[in-house]
Amino acid sequence: MAEAKRKERFNPYRPGMTIQEMYEARPKAYLAVSFTLLLMVVIVGWSSTALADNSSTSSDGAAVIKSIFYGLVHPEFNVLFDFSRQGLPALLLETMCIAFLGTIVGAVLAIPFAFLGASNIVPAPVAMVFRTVVMAIRTIPALVYGLMFIRVTGPGPFAGLLTMSVCSIGMISKQFIESIEDIDKGILESLDAIGCNVFQKIRYGIIPQIAPDFASTLIYRFDMNLRDSSTLGIVGAGGIGAPLIFAMGGYKWQQTGAILLELIILILIVEWISNKIRNKLAHGER
Amino acid sequence: MDEKLSLYDKIFKPRLITLSNGKIVMEKRSRKPLVILVLILATLLSVHITGFKFSTIMKRGYQFWDYLFRMFPPELSYVNSIWQPLFDTIKMSILGSLIGALAAIPFAMLASSNVIKSKIVVVLTRLFFSITRTLPTLVTAMVATFVFGLGTIAGTTSIAIFTFSYVGKLLYEQIETVNMGSFEAMESMGCTKLKAFCVAIIPQIMPGFIANSLYCFEGNVRYASILGYVGAGGIGLIINQTIGWRYYSRLGMIVVILFFTVVIIEYLSMWIRNKLVGEI
Repeated sequence: MAEAKRKERFNPYRPGMTIQEMYEARPKAYLAVSFTLLLMVVIVGWSSTALADNSSTSSDGAAVIKSIFYGLVHPEFNVLFDFSRQGLPALLLETMCIAFLGTIVGAVLAIPFAFLGASNIVPAPVAMVFRTVVMAIRTIPALVYGLMFIRVTGPGPFAGLLTMSVCSIGMISKQFIESIEDIDKGILESLDAIGCNVFQKIRYGIIPQIAPDFASTLIYRFDMNLRDSSTLGIVGAGGIGAPLIFAMGGYKWQQTGAILLELIILILIVEWISNKIRNKLAHGER
Repeated sequence: MDEKLSLYDKIFKPRLITLSNGKIVMEKRSRKPLVILVLILATLLSVHITGFKFSTIMKRGYQFWDYLFRMFPPELSYVNSIWQPLFDTIKMSILGSLIGALAAIPFAMLASSNVIKSKIVVVLTRLFFSITRTLPTLVTAMVATFVFGLGTIAGTTSIAIFTFSYVGKLLYEQIETVNMGSFEAMESMGCTKLKAFCVAIIPQIMPGFIANSLYCFEGNVRYASILGYVGAGGIGLIINQTIGWRYYSRLGMIVVILFFTVVIIEYLSMWIRNKLVGEI
């Protein structure tokens, strides 16, 4: 009520104004705008000091870019179609498997965090605690997780998949929390009213509401994991990452081009499929 | 009955139900068994290829905590050498996100089919966005270090490229859903496309655009560890150093500081984003 009255008093528009007059009487926030601009300029100015140390800029940058593009256009075909155990197609399959299983394990790990972090299921302070825990899990860099898991499993795709799953927890549980908090409680109440027990309520009241969102999140995360899989190569955790880094480190641009080309095509295809499925999930069968 | 049947429905015939008025309708068989079968097969294949073993996790899982215990208690005195790289990382993120997000606007305009009528331009720009998005951060960072040398410039470039592709995609999707009435009105009054875009569409997309850029900025702080690996400056450099020299208590200190930084940035940006979204 008070809010409405306040708005009434500060409303600059009066009945009978022309459009021109109304336009000129529009609220002007010069002070706020100029303050925000000033703040922006200060922040950007401060951060542009990061560019100050350009002492080591190499002169042959253009040459490097040129050779990379040359490599991309002229990939080594024998690398491209090497169907042995160490060949690229096999490594790509391994990468996909790591990403797939990493997503699934990540989802399994994320579900408890998601339910305990949803403020409509547990009291707000508890939800806050679990969200902070998720934030902490997300803060530790992938490199560190890689190290930790290699200690458990030894180097190889197994370590990669565990690293990937822990790295997925943050994003998956965040999305899950959002879909859980969107649950329509009226349905649960009506199920209560017709005498359903807890399991029936979960089966017919909760799962149908959250399943499409969950599936959509997981497909998207699989997409992202496939993209991040090159990172795992750093810690020696399997997949396409290690050969990519070695090729780049050794300035073998044609080999790099071949690997990148296959990776890009694979990711584009997977993205296209996953977009289709997610659209279907979001907008129904049609 | 003249509905088209897909291959799946031809194999598993839909159930026919006769309604009370004599009309026959089809209930298609659920796709669930097929989806579940595919998922199970994919899981089995993945388990086989990656060598996933539950017994290993059970038996050696405690080793995971080994490094964590070595990180704690963190070496408090190391804090003074963290600030500089940490600020470098934040600076890189701010600048990279800003450059990338600003660069994304014109390209996003070219990629939205309701503004640009030429189909070729739209498809080509979108393909460009897709390809930049698929380039792994590691690769762009490494190429950037070859071009600009080791240091923060390389990191900024790589962050800018990532932000460009990410914000750009969200932006053109957003442009396609705006209310085109004012744009058409400006055009019919004789404005050029660019002018109409600036006055009619940009105000509509601004809140969402800033929110997405902020979200991207948040994420970029976390990519820092990868950037450090290839020598592109920031906190990743000292993370790699401490891992390499096995100063785990120092690593613990870095992780603790990084955690607080991420929490502060995240809450700050969440606050701003909520304000932005609330305003529309």
